[in-house]
Amino acid sequence: MISKFTAFTAFVGLMFFSVPAAAQDHGHEDTHQEEVHHDDAHHEDAHAVEMHAEDAHGAHADHSEAHGHDEFIPASDTEGRKSVVKETVEHHLADSYDFHIVGPVGFPLPIILFDNGLKVFSSAKFHHGESVAEVDGEHYIIHHSKIYKTDAEGTITYDEHHHPTNEKPLDFSITKNVFMIIFMAVFMFFLFRGVAKTYENSLVPSKAGRFLEPLIVFIRDEIAIPNIGEKHYKRYMSFLLTIFFFIWFLNLAGMTPLGVNVTGNIAVTVSLALMTFFITQFSGKKDYWMHIFWMPGVPVLLRPVLAVIELIGLVVKPFSLTIRLYANMLAGHVVIMSILGLIYIFASYVAAVPFMGLTLFLSVLELLVAALQAYIFTMLASLYFGAAVEEHDHH
Amino acid sequence: MDKLINDFSIGLFFWQSLVFIILIFLLRRFAWKPILNAVNEREESIEGALKAAEQARQEMESLQASNEAIMKEAREERERILKEARDMKNSIVAEAKETATAEAEKTVAAAKAAIEAEKAAAVAELKNQAAVLSIEVAEKVLGQELSAENKQAAMISKMIDEVKIN
Repeated sequence: MISKFTAFTAFVGLMFFSVPAAAQDHGHEDTHQEEVHHDDAHHEDAHAVEMHAEDAHGAHADHSEAHGHDEFIPASDTEGRKSVVKETVEHHLADSYDFHIVGPVGFPLPIILFDNGLKVFSSAKFHHGESVAEVDGEHYIIHHSKIYKTDAEGTITYDEHHHPTNEKPLDFSITKNVFMIIFMAVFMFFLFRGVAKTYENSLVPSKAGRFLEPLIVFIRDEIAIPNIGEKHYKRYMSFLLTIFFFIWFLNLAGMTPLGVNVTGNIAVTVSLALMTFFITQFSGKKDYWMHIFWMPGVPVLLRPVLAVIELIGLVVKPFSLTIRLYANMLAGHVVIMSILGLIYIFASYVAAVPFMGLTLFLSVLELLVAALQAYIFTMLASLYFGAAVEEHDHH
Repeated sequence: MDKLINDFSIGLFFWQSLVFIILIFLLRRFAWKPILNAVNEREESIEGALKAAEQARQEMESLQASNEAIMKEAREERERILKEARDMKNSIVAEAKETATAEAEKTVAAAKAAIEAEKAAAVAELKNQAAVLSIEVAEKVLGQELSAENKQAAMISKMIDEVKIN
Protein backbone atom coordinates (compact mmCIF):
# COMPACT_ATOMS: atom_id res chain seq x y z
CA MET A 1 0.00 0.00 0.00
CA ILE A 2 2.66 2.43 1.15
CA SER A 3 4.97 1.60 -1.71
CA LYS A 4 2.12 2.30 -4.13
CA PHE A 5 1.71 5.75 -2.69
CA THR A 6 5.38 6.51 -2.98
CA ALA A 7 5.41 5.20 -6.49
CA PHE A 8 2.46 7.43 -7.25
CA THR A 9 4.04 10.53 -5.78
CA ALA A 10 7.37 9.76 -7.40
CA PHE A 11 5.55 9.39 -10.71
CA VAL A 12 3.83 12.71 -10.25
CA GLY A 13 7.19 14.17 -9.28
CA LEU A 14 8.76 12.92 -12.47
CA MET A 15 5.88 14.37 -14.45
CA PHE A 16 6.61 17.68 -12.87
CA PHE A 17 10.24 17.53 -13.85
CA SER A 18 9.46 16.81 -17.44
CA VAL A 19 6.64 19.33 -17.79
CA PRO A 20 8.55 22.51 -16.96
CA ALA A 21 11.49 21.29 -19.00
CA ALA A 22 9.25 20.93 -21.99
CA ALA A 23 7.42 24.12 -21.18
CA GLN A 24 10.58 26.12 -20.84
CA ASP A 25 10.79 26.72 -24.56
CA HIS A 26 7.27 28.07 -24.61
CA GLY A 27 7.86 30.17 -21.57
CA HIS A 28 8.88 33.15 -23.59
CA GLU A 29 5.86 33.04 -25.82
CA ASP A 30 3.59 32.65 -22.84
CA THR A 31 4.90 35.76 -21.20
CA HIS A 32 4.48 37.68 -24.42
CA GLN A 33 0.93 36.47 -24.59
CA GLU A 34 0.47 37.61 -21.03
CA GLU A 35 1.63 41.05 -21.94
CA VAL A 36 -1.30 41.47 -24.22
CA HIS A 37 -3.72 40.90 -21.39
CA HIS A 38 -1.70 42.92 -19.00
CA ASP A 39 -1.68 46.16 -20.74
CA ASP A 40 0.90 47.73 -18.49
CA ALA A 41 1.15 51.49 -18.40
CA HIS A 42 4.91 51.80 -18.90
CA HIS A 43 6.20 51.86 -22.42
CA GLU A 44 9.70 53.24 -22.22
CA ASP A 45 12.20 50.47 -22.67
CA ALA A 46 11.33 47.20 -24.35
CA HIS A 47 13.34 45.12 -21.91
CA ALA A 48 12.18 47.03 -18.90
CA VAL A 49 8.57 46.74 -19.95
CA GLU A 50 8.86 43.05 -20.34
CA MET A 51 10.39 42.76 -16.94
CA HIS A 52 7.80 44.94 -15.31
CA ALA A 53 5.02 43.07 -16.96
CA GLU A 54 6.33 39.76 -15.77
CA ASP A 55 6.95 40.84 -12.25
CA ALA A 56 3.71 42.67 -11.92
CA HIS A 57 2.05 39.62 -13.29
CA GLY A 58 3.81 37.32 -10.81
CA ALA A 59 2.65 39.47 -7.96
CA HIS A 60 -0.87 39.59 -9.29
CA ALA A 61 -1.00 35.87 -9.75
CA ASP A 62 0.11 35.42 -6.19
CA HIS A 63 -2.55 37.68 -4.86
CA SER A 64 -5.19 36.80 -7.36
CA GLU A 65 -7.50 34.99 -4.91
CA ALA A 66 -7.42 37.81 -2.41
CA HIS A 67 -7.21 40.91 -4.57
CA GLY A 68 -9.51 39.73 -7.24
CA HIS A 69 -8.29 40.36 -10.76
CA ASP A 70 -7.18 43.75 -11.67
CA GLU A 71 -7.12 42.36 -15.17
CA PHE A 72 -9.97 40.04 -15.95
CA ILE A 73 -9.15 37.18 -18.26
CA PRO A 74 -12.33 35.89 -19.91
CA ALA A 75 -13.20 32.23 -19.31
CA SER A 76 -13.04 31.62 -23.06
CA ASP A 77 -9.29 32.42 -23.00
CA THR A 78 -8.20 29.03 -21.67
CA GLU A 79 -4.57 29.55 -22.63
CA GLY A 80 -4.42 32.82 -20.75
CA ARG A 81 -5.95 31.29 -17.67
CA LYS A 82 -3.64 28.29 -17.91
CA SER A 83 -0.58 30.50 -17.82
CA VAL A 84 -2.02 32.37 -14.84
CA VAL A 85 -2.40 29.05 -13.01
CA LYS A 86 1.09 27.99 -14.03
CA GLU A 87 2.61 31.23 -12.78
CA THR A 88 0.61 31.05 -9.56
CA VAL A 89 1.80 27.52 -8.89
CA GLU A 90 5.40 28.42 -9.66
CA HIS A 91 5.23 31.50 -7.53
CA HIS A 92 3.80 29.55 -4.59
CA LEU A 93 6.53 26.97 -4.83
CA ALA A 94 9.34 29.48 -5.03
CA ASP A 95 10.91 31.09 -2.03
CA SER A 96 9.90 34.66 -1.36
CA TYR A 97 11.40 37.72 0.26
CA ASP A 98 8.32 38.62 2.23
CA PHE A 99 5.85 36.57 4.20
CA HIS A 100 2.51 36.94 2.55
CA ILE A 101 -0.36 35.48 4.55
CA VAL A 102 -3.65 36.49 2.97
CA GLY A 103 -4.79 39.50 0.95
CA PRO A 104 -2.90 42.56 2.09
CA VAL A 105 -1.84 40.81 5.33
CA GLY A 106 1.79 39.86 5.52
CA PHE A 107 5.10 41.20 6.65
CA PRO A 108 8.43 42.01 5.03
CA LEU A 109 11.55 40.04 5.93
CA PRO A 110 15.15 41.21 6.24
CA ILE A 111 17.30 41.10 3.14
CA ILE A 112 20.96 40.33 3.79
CA LEU A 113 23.32 40.79 0.86
CA PHE A 114 27.08 40.57 0.56
CA ASP A 115 27.88 42.96 -2.23
CA ASN A 116 30.85 45.22 -1.54
CA GLY A 117 30.16 44.82 2.12
CA LEU A 118 27.21 43.64 4.13
CA LYS A 119 23.88 45.18 3.20
CA VAL A 120 20.87 44.59 5.40
CA PHE A 121 17.50 46.13 4.63
CA SER A 122 13.82 45.30 4.75
CA SER A 123 12.18 43.57 1.83
CA ALA A 124 9.48 46.23 2.05
CA LYS A 125 11.81 48.26 -0.18
CA PHE A 126 10.91 46.01 -3.08
CA HIS A 127 7.18 46.61 -2.62
CA HIS A 128 6.35 42.94 -3.11
CA GLY A 129 8.91 42.69 -5.89
CA GLU A 130 7.21 45.40 -7.88
CA SER A 131 9.91 48.04 -7.64
CA VAL A 132 13.66 48.53 -7.59
CA ALA A 133 15.28 48.80 -4.17
CA GLU A 134 18.09 51.30 -3.77
CA VAL A 135 20.58 50.63 -0.98
CA ASP A 136 23.82 52.57 -0.52
CA GLY A 137 23.81 53.60 -4.15
CA GLU A 138 23.29 50.08 -5.44
CA HIS A 139 20.06 49.01 -7.13
CA TYR A 140 18.51 45.60 -6.69
CA ILE A 141 15.50 43.97 -8.23
CA ILE A 142 13.63 40.73 -7.63
CA HIS A 143 13.19 38.67 -10.76
CA HIS A 144 11.61 35.22 -10.49
CA SER A 145 12.20 35.14 -6.74
CA LYS A 146 15.89 36.01 -7.05
CA ILE A 147 17.65 39.25 -6.33
CA TYR A 148 19.70 40.80 -9.16
CA LYS A 149 21.77 43.91 -9.36
CA THR A 150 20.27 46.44 -11.68
CA ASP A 151 20.20 50.15 -12.46
CA ALA A 152 17.74 52.78 -11.34
CA GLU A 153 15.24 51.75 -14.06
CA GLY A 154 15.39 48.08 -13.13
CA THR A 155 16.85 46.94 -16.44
CA ILE A 156 17.36 43.24 -16.84
CA THR A 157 19.33 41.84 -19.74
CA TYR A 158 18.83 38.28 -20.96
CA ASP A 159 20.96 35.72 -22.70
CA GLU A 160 19.60 33.57 -25.53
CA HIS A 161 18.03 31.09 -23.04
CA HIS A 162 16.02 33.88 -21.45
CA HIS A 163 18.20 33.73 -18.33
CA PRO A 164 19.03 37.10 -16.80
CA THR A 165 22.68 38.05 -17.22
CA ASN A 166 22.60 40.62 -14.44
CA GLU A 167 25.03 40.11 -11.60
CA LYS A 168 23.62 38.27 -8.56
CA PRO A 169 24.78 39.50 -5.15
CA LEU A 170 25.63 36.90 -2.52
CA ASP A 171 22.23 36.51 -0.94
CA PHE A 172 21.86 35.45 2.70
CA SER A 173 18.44 36.99 3.17
CA ILE A 174 15.98 35.75 5.72
CA THR A 175 13.52 34.60 3.11
CA LYS A 176 10.13 33.09 3.79
CA ASN A 177 11.69 29.63 3.86
CA VAL A 178 14.49 30.69 6.19
CA PHE A 179 11.89 32.35 8.37
CA MET A 180 9.86 29.12 8.45
CA ILE A 181 12.97 27.08 9.25
CA ILE A 182 13.85 29.35 12.16
CA PHE A 183 10.23 29.44 13.28
CA MET A 184 10.02 25.65 13.16
CA ALA A 185 13.32 25.28 15.01
CA VAL A 186 12.05 27.54 17.79
CA PHE A 187 8.71 25.75 17.83
CA MET A 188 10.40 22.36 18.04
CA PHE A 189 12.75 23.55 20.73
CA PHE A 190 9.92 24.72 22.98
CA LEU A 191 7.70 21.77 22.15
CA PHE A 192 10.25 19.10 22.95
CA ARG A 193 11.79 20.95 25.86
CA GLY A 194 8.25 21.11 27.24
CA VAL A 195 7.87 17.39 26.75
CA ALA A 196 11.24 16.79 28.41
CA LYS A 197 10.18 18.90 31.37
CA THR A 198 7.08 16.83 32.05
CA TYR A 199 9.37 13.92 32.83
CA GLU A 200 10.94 15.75 35.73
CA ASN A 201 7.93 15.11 37.92
CA SER A 202 6.84 11.73 36.71
CA LEU A 203 8.09 9.09 34.34
CA VAL A 204 4.69 8.95 32.70
CA PRO A 205 4.34 11.36 29.76
CA SER A 206 1.66 14.00 29.89
CA LYS A 207 0.20 16.55 27.47
CA ALA A 208 2.00 16.59 24.11
CA GLY A 209 4.36 13.91 25.36
CA ARG A 210 1.57 11.38 25.25
CA PHE A 211 1.41 11.79 21.52
CA LEU A 212 5.08 12.45 20.83
CA GLU A 213 6.63 9.86 23.09
CA PRO A 214 5.32 6.88 21.09
CA LEU A 215 6.84 8.46 17.98
CA ILE A 216 10.17 8.97 19.73
CA VAL A 217 10.09 5.39 20.95
CA PHE A 218 9.08 4.26 17.47
CA ILE A 219 12.11 5.96 15.95
CA ARG A 220 14.32 4.39 18.56
CA ASP A 221 12.88 0.88 18.43
CA GLU A 222 11.79 0.55 14.82
CA ILE A 223 14.27 2.74 12.98
CA ALA A 224 17.47 3.28 14.95
CA ILE A 225 18.01 0.00 16.79
CA PRO A 226 17.17 -2.42 13.94
CA ASN A 227 19.29 -0.49 11.42
CA ILE A 228 22.22 0.76 13.46
CA GLY A 229 22.33 -1.84 16.16
CA GLU A 230 22.01 -1.85 19.92
CA LYS A 231 25.66 -0.91 20.35
CA HIS A 232 25.94 2.34 18.39
CA TYR A 233 22.41 3.69 17.94
CA LYS A 234 22.54 6.12 20.85
CA ARG A 235 25.02 8.44 19.14
CA TYR A 236 22.65 8.97 16.23
CA MET A 237 19.39 9.38 18.10
CA SER A 238 19.61 13.17 18.34
CA PHE A 239 20.13 13.53 14.62
CA LEU A 240 17.46 11.01 13.66
CA LEU A 241 14.84 12.43 16.01
CA THR A 242 15.56 16.00 14.99
CA ILE A 243 15.50 15.26 11.28
CA PHE A 244 12.32 13.20 11.52
CA PHE A 245 10.33 15.82 13.37
CA PHE A 246 11.89 18.66 11.39
CA ILE A 247 10.93 17.15 8.04
CA TRP A 248 7.54 16.01 9.25
CA PHE A 249 6.56 19.34 10.79
CA LEU A 250 7.78 21.31 7.80
CA ASN A 251 5.92 18.95 5.48
CA LEU A 252 2.80 19.58 7.52
CA ALA A 253 3.46 23.31 7.48
CA GLY A 254 3.48 22.97 3.71
CA MET A 255 -0.10 21.71 3.93
CA THR A 256 -1.28 24.96 5.43
CA PRO A 257 -2.60 27.66 3.11
CA LEU A 258 0.44 29.79 3.97
CA GLY A 259 2.16 28.33 0.94
CA VAL A 260 5.36 27.33 2.67
CA ASN A 261 7.36 24.91 0.63
CA VAL A 262 10.48 24.37 2.69
CA THR A 263 10.95 20.61 2.29
CA GLY A 264 10.13 21.00 -1.39
CA ASN A 265 13.11 23.27 -1.81
CA ILE A 266 16.27 21.77 -3.22
CA ALA A 267 18.65 23.77 -1.03
CA VAL A 268 16.97 22.45 2.13
CA THR A 269 16.97 18.83 1.05
CA VAL A 270 20.57 19.11 -0.16
CA SER A 271 21.54 20.41 3.25
CA LEU A 272 19.75 17.58 5.05
CA ALA A 273 21.19 14.95 2.73
CA LEU A 274 24.72 16.36 3.00
CA MET A 275 24.57 16.27 6.79
CA THR A 276 23.50 12.64 6.59
CA PHE A 277 26.32 11.99 4.14
CA PHE A 278 29.02 13.57 6.30
CA ILE A 279 27.83 11.89 9.47
CA THR A 280 27.90 8.57 7.61
CA GLN A 281 31.43 9.09 6.31
CA PHE A 282 32.82 10.37 9.59
CA SER A 283 31.40 7.45 11.52
CA GLY A 284 32.61 4.95 8.92
CA LYS A 285 34.61 2.19 10.57
CA LYS A 286 37.38 0.08 9.08
CA ASP A 287 34.90 -2.49 7.83
CA TYR A 288 32.88 0.18 6.06
CA TRP A 289 35.88 1.49 4.10
CA MET A 290 37.07 -2.03 3.45
CA HIS A 291 33.72 -2.81 1.89
CA ILE A 292 33.97 0.22 -0.32
CA PHE A 293 37.58 0.07 -1.48
CA TRP A 294 38.61 -3.56 -1.08
CA MET A 295 35.55 -5.75 -0.82
CA PRO A 296 36.46 -8.90 1.06
CA GLY A 297 35.21 -12.24 -0.15
CA VAL A 298 35.33 -11.49 -3.90
CA PRO A 299 38.08 -12.24 -6.43
CA VAL A 300 40.87 -9.66 -6.28
CA LEU A 301 40.38 -8.68 -9.93
CA LEU A 302 36.79 -7.70 -9.25
CA ARG A 303 37.64 -5.56 -6.26
CA PRO A 304 38.62 -2.35 -8.12
CA VAL A 305 35.45 -2.64 -10.21
CA LEU A 306 33.38 -2.96 -7.07
CA ALA A 307 35.23 -0.03 -5.54
CA VAL A 308 34.17 2.16 -8.45
CA ILE A 309 30.57 1.02 -8.08
CA GLU A 310 30.66 1.55 -4.33
CA LEU A 311 32.08 5.04 -4.76
CA ILE A 312 29.31 5.90 -7.18
CA GLY A 313 26.85 4.54 -4.62
CA LEU A 314 28.42 6.78 -2.01
CA VAL A 315 27.54 9.84 -4.04
CA VAL A 316 24.19 8.59 -5.24
CA LYS A 317 22.89 8.00 -1.73
CA PRO A 318 22.73 11.65 -0.63
CA PHE A 319 21.59 12.60 -4.12
CA SER A 320 18.66 10.19 -3.90
CA LEU A 321 17.82 11.48 -0.42
CA THR A 322 17.79 15.01 -1.78
CA ILE A 323 15.65 14.31 -4.81
CA ARG A 324 13.23 11.94 -3.08
CA LEU A 325 12.15 14.42 -0.45
CA TYR A 326 12.28 17.41 -2.78
CA ALA A 327 10.32 15.80 -5.60
CA ASN A 328 7.73 14.22 -3.35
CA MET A 329 6.89 17.41 -1.53
CA LEU A 330 7.04 19.57 -4.62
CA ALA A 331 4.87 17.13 -6.57
CA GLY A 332 2.23 17.15 -3.86
CA HIS A 333 2.01 20.93 -3.92
CA VAL A 334 1.97 21.07 -7.71
CA VAL A 335 -0.79 18.49 -8.02
CA ILE A 336 -3.03 20.09 -5.42
CA MET A 337 -2.58 23.59 -6.79
CA SER A 338 -2.98 22.47 -10.40
CA ILE A 339 -6.25 20.74 -9.61
CA LEU A 340 -7.50 23.80 -7.78
CA GLY A 341 -6.36 25.81 -10.77
CA LEU A 342 -8.49 23.65 -13.05
CA ILE A 343 -11.58 25.14 -11.40
CA TYR A 344 -10.38 28.53 -12.57
CA ILE A 345 -9.64 27.27 -16.05
CA PHE A 346 -12.98 25.50 -16.46
CA ALA A 347 -14.71 28.52 -14.90
CA SER A 348 -17.73 26.48 -13.92
CA TYR A 349 -19.45 25.59 -10.68
CA VAL A 350 -20.00 22.09 -12.05
CA ALA A 351 -16.23 21.64 -12.21
CA ALA A 352 -15.72 23.11 -8.75
CA VAL A 353 -17.40 20.28 -6.85
CA PRO A 354 -15.44 17.29 -8.19
CA PHE A 355 -12.16 19.20 -8.19
CA MET A 356 -12.68 20.30 -4.61
CA GLY A 357 -13.37 16.66 -3.73
CA LEU A 358 -10.24 15.56 -5.55
CA THR A 359 -8.21 18.24 -3.81
CA LEU A 360 -9.54 17.08 -0.46
CA PHE A 361 -8.61 13.51 -1.28
CA LEU A 362 -5.13 14.53 -2.40
CA SER A 363 -4.68 16.64 0.70
CA VAL A 364 -5.38 13.62 2.85
CA LEU A 365 -2.91 11.70 0.73
CA GLU A 366 -0.39 14.49 1.22
CA LEU A 367 -0.83 14.24 4.98
CA LEU A 368 0.22 10.63 4.68
CA VAL A 369 3.08 11.49 2.35
CA ALA A 370 4.25 14.18 4.79
CA ALA A 371 4.74 11.57 7.51
CA LEU A 372 5.94 8.94 5.08
CA GLN A 373 8.71 11.09 3.62
CA ALA A 374 9.94 12.03 7.08
CA TYR A 375 9.93 8.35 7.96
CA ILE A 376 11.73 7.32 4.78
CA PHE A 377 14.41 9.97 5.18
CA THR A 378 15.03 8.96 8.79
CA MET A 379 14.94 5.30 7.88
CA LEU A 380 17.48 5.64 5.06
CA ALA A 381 19.74 7.86 7.17
CA SER A 382 19.81 5.25 9.91
CA LEU A 383 20.40 2.56 7.29
CA TYR A 384 23.47 4.45 6.05
CA PHE A 385 24.72 5.00 9.60
CA GLY A 386 24.16 1.33 10.28
CA ALA A 387 26.28 0.37 7.27
CA ALA A 388 29.02 2.76 8.43
CA VAL A 389 29.32 1.37 11.94
CA GLU A 390 28.65 -2.26 11.10
CA GLU A 391 31.32 -4.67 12.24
CA HIS A 392 31.64 -7.94 10.40
CA ASP A 393 32.92 -11.06 12.03
CA HIS A 394 34.53 -12.59 8.95
CA HIS A 395 37.96 -11.19 9.80
CA MET B 1 18.66 19.64 -13.78
CA ASP B 2 19.00 23.20 -14.98
CA LYS B 3 15.93 24.11 -13.00
CA LEU B 4 17.30 22.33 -9.92
CA ILE B 5 20.56 24.26 -10.07
CA ASN B 6 18.71 27.49 -10.71
CA ASP B 7 16.43 26.83 -7.73
CA PHE B 8 19.37 26.18 -5.44
CA SER B 9 19.94 29.11 -3.15
CA ILE B 10 23.21 29.33 -1.25
CA GLY B 11 21.64 31.58 1.36
CA LEU B 12 18.84 29.16 2.11
CA PHE B 13 21.32 26.29 2.20
CA PHE B 14 23.48 28.19 4.65
CA TRP B 15 20.63 29.13 6.97
CA GLN B 16 19.07 25.69 6.81
CA SER B 17 22.37 24.01 7.72
CA LEU B 18 23.15 26.49 10.47
CA VAL B 19 19.71 26.42 12.05
CA PHE B 20 19.46 22.68 11.78
CA ILE B 21 22.84 22.01 13.39
CA ILE B 22 22.04 24.42 16.21
CA LEU B 23 18.66 22.77 16.57
CA ILE B 24 20.24 19.32 16.83
CA PHE B 25 22.57 20.42 19.61
CA LEU B 26 19.90 22.35 21.48
CA LEU B 27 17.39 19.55 21.28
CA ARG B 28 20.01 17.00 22.26
CA ARG B 29 20.83 18.96 25.35
CA PHE B 30 17.33 20.05 26.34
CA ALA B 31 14.98 17.48 24.88
CA TRP B 32 16.25 14.20 23.47
CA LYS B 33 18.58 13.30 26.30
CA PRO B 34 16.08 13.96 29.11
CA ILE B 35 13.27 12.32 27.18
CA LEU B 36 15.23 9.23 26.20
CA ASN B 37 16.68 8.94 29.67
CA ALA B 38 13.22 9.17 31.20
CA VAL B 39 11.87 6.62 28.77
CA ASN B 40 14.80 4.31 29.47
CA GLU B 41 14.46 4.77 33.18
CA ARG B 42 10.77 4.01 33.03
CA GLU B 43 11.33 0.99 30.84
CA GLU B 44 13.96 -0.26 33.23
CA SER B 45 11.72 0.27 36.22
CA ILE B 46 8.88 -1.52 34.47
CA GLU B 47 11.20 -4.31 33.52
CA GLY B 48 12.48 -4.48 37.10
CA ALA B 49 8.96 -4.58 38.45
CA LEU B 50 8.01 -7.29 36.01
CA LYS B 51 11.09 -9.28 36.92
CA ALA B 52 10.34 -8.90 40.62
CA ALA B 53 6.78 -10.02 40.05
CA GLU B 54 8.00 -12.99 38.09
CA GLN B 55 10.47 -13.84 40.83
CA ALA B 56 7.76 -13.59 43.46
CA ARG B 57 5.55 -15.82 41.39
CA GLN B 58 8.32 -18.35 41.05
CA GLU B 59 9.00 -18.22 44.75
CA MET B 60 5.33 -18.77 45.44
CA GLU B 61 5.36 -21.66 43.09
CA SER B 62 8.39 -23.22 44.69
CA LEU B 63 6.85 -22.65 48.11
CA GLN B 64 3.68 -24.31 47.00
CA ALA B 65 5.65 -27.14 45.54
CA SER B 66 7.57 -27.64 48.76
CA ASN B 67 4.35 -27.47 50.75
CA GLU B 68 2.90 -30.11 48.56
CA ALA B 69 6.00 -32.24 48.96
CA ILE B 70 5.77 -31.96 52.73
CA MET B 71 2.10 -32.85 52.64
CA LYS B 72 2.85 -35.79 50.43
CA GLU B 73 5.60 -36.94 52.75
CA ALA B 74 3.30 -36.65 55.74
CA ARG B 75 0.64 -38.61 53.96
CA GLU B 76 3.16 -41.29 53.08
CA GLU B 77 4.40 -41.35 56.68
CA ARG B 78 0.88 -41.82 57.92
CA GLU B 79 0.28 -44.56 55.40
CA ARG B 80 3.49 -46.24 56.46
CA ILE B 81 2.64 -46.03 60.15
CA LEU B 82 -0.83 -47.32 59.58
CA LYS B 83 0.52 -50.14 57.49
CA GLU B 84 3.06 -50.99 60.14
CA ALA B 85 0.36 -50.99 62.78
CA ARG B 86 -1.81 -53.20 60.64
CA ASP B 87 1.07 -55.57 60.01
CA MET B 88 1.91 -55.66 63.68
CA LYS B 89 -1.67 -56.37 64.57
CA ASN B 90 -1.85 -59.13 62.02
CA SER B 91 1.37 -60.69 63.16
CA ILE B 92 0.32 -60.54 66.82
CA VAL B 93 -3.01 -62.08 66.04
CA ALA B 94 -1.36 -64.75 63.98
CA GLU B 95 1.18 -65.45 66.67
CA ALA B 96 -1.51 -65.65 69.31
CA LYS B 97 -3.46 -67.98 67.11
CA GLU B 98 -0.47 -70.18 66.64
CA THR B 99 0.34 -70.23 70.30
CA ALA B 100 -3.27 -71.00 71.14
CA THR B 101 -3.39 -73.77 68.58
CA ALA B 102 -0.18 -75.24 69.82
CA GLU B 103 -1.36 -74.98 73.38
CA ALA B 104 -4.67 -76.59 72.53
CA GLU B 105 -2.96 -79.30 70.58
CA LYS B 106 -0.63 -79.96 73.47
CA THR B 107 -3.60 -80.12 75.85
CA VAL B 108 -5.50 -82.41 73.53
CA ALA B 109 -2.45 -84.55 73.12
CA ALA B 110 -1.98 -84.70 76.88
CA ALA B 111 -5.63 -85.48 77.34
CA LYS B 112 -5.43 -88.13 74.68
CA ALA B 113 -2.41 -89.62 76.34
CA ALA B 114 -4.12 -89.56 79.70
CA ILE B 115 -7.23 -91.11 78.20
CA GLU B 116 -5.11 -93.74 76.54
CA ALA B 117 -3.36 -94.42 79.78
CA GLU B 118 -6.65 -94.52 81.66
CA LYS B 119 -8.08 -96.73 79.02
CA ALA B 120 -5.15 -99.03 79.12
CA ALA B 121 -5.37 -99.15 82.86
CA ALA B 122 -9.07 -99.74 82.66
CA VAL B 123 -8.60 -102.47 80.09
CA ALA B 124 -5.95 -104.03 82.24
CA GLU B 125 -8.23 -103.71 85.25
CA LEU B 126 -11.08 -105.12 83.28
CA LYS B 127 -8.95 -107.95 82.12
CA ASN B 128 -7.91 -108.69 85.62
CA GLN B 129 -11.48 -108.42 86.83
CA ALA B 130 -12.56 -110.58 83.94
CA ALA B 131 -9.95 -113.08 84.81
CA VAL B 132 -11.01 -113.05 88.46
CA LEU B 133 -14.62 -113.15 87.45
CA SER B 134 -13.91 -115.96 85.04
CA ILE B 135 -12.20 -117.87 87.72
CA GLU B 136 -15.08 -117.28 90.10
CA VAL B 137 -17.53 -118.19 87.46
CA ALA B 138 -15.53 -121.15 86.58
CA GLU B 139 -15.34 -122.18 90.19
CA LYS B 140 -19.09 -121.72 90.58
CA VAL B 141 -19.88 -123.40 87.35
CA LEU B 142 -17.49 -126.10 88.01
CA GLY B 143 -18.87 -126.51 91.33
CA GLN B 144 -22.54 -126.34 90.31
CA GLU B 145 -22.78 -127.48 86.84
CA LEU B 146 -20.20 -129.97 86.45
CA SER B 147 -22.73 -132.44 87.49
CA ALA B 148 -24.77 -132.00 84.45
CA GLU B 149 -22.69 -132.35 81.44
CA ASN B 150 -24.89 -130.49 79.07
CA LYS B 151 -25.42 -127.76 81.47
CA GLN B 152 -21.69 -127.47 81.69
CA ALA B 153 -21.34 -127.03 78.00
CA ALA B 154 -24.14 -124.54 77.84
CA MET B 155 -22.68 -122.70 80.65
CA ILE B 156 -19.23 -122.59 79.06
CA SER B 157 -20.51 -121.38 75.74
CA LYS B 158 -22.67 -118.80 77.45
CA MET B 159 -19.68 -117.64 79.37
CA ILE B 160 -17.56 -117.46 76.34
CA ASP B 161 -20.19 -115.38 74.55
CA GLU B 162 -20.35 -112.99 77.35
CA VAL B 163 -16.61 -112.70 77.37
CA LYS B 164 -16.60 -111.90 73.68
CA ILE B 165 -19.09 -109.19 74.17
CA ASN B 166 -16.83 -107.66 76.65
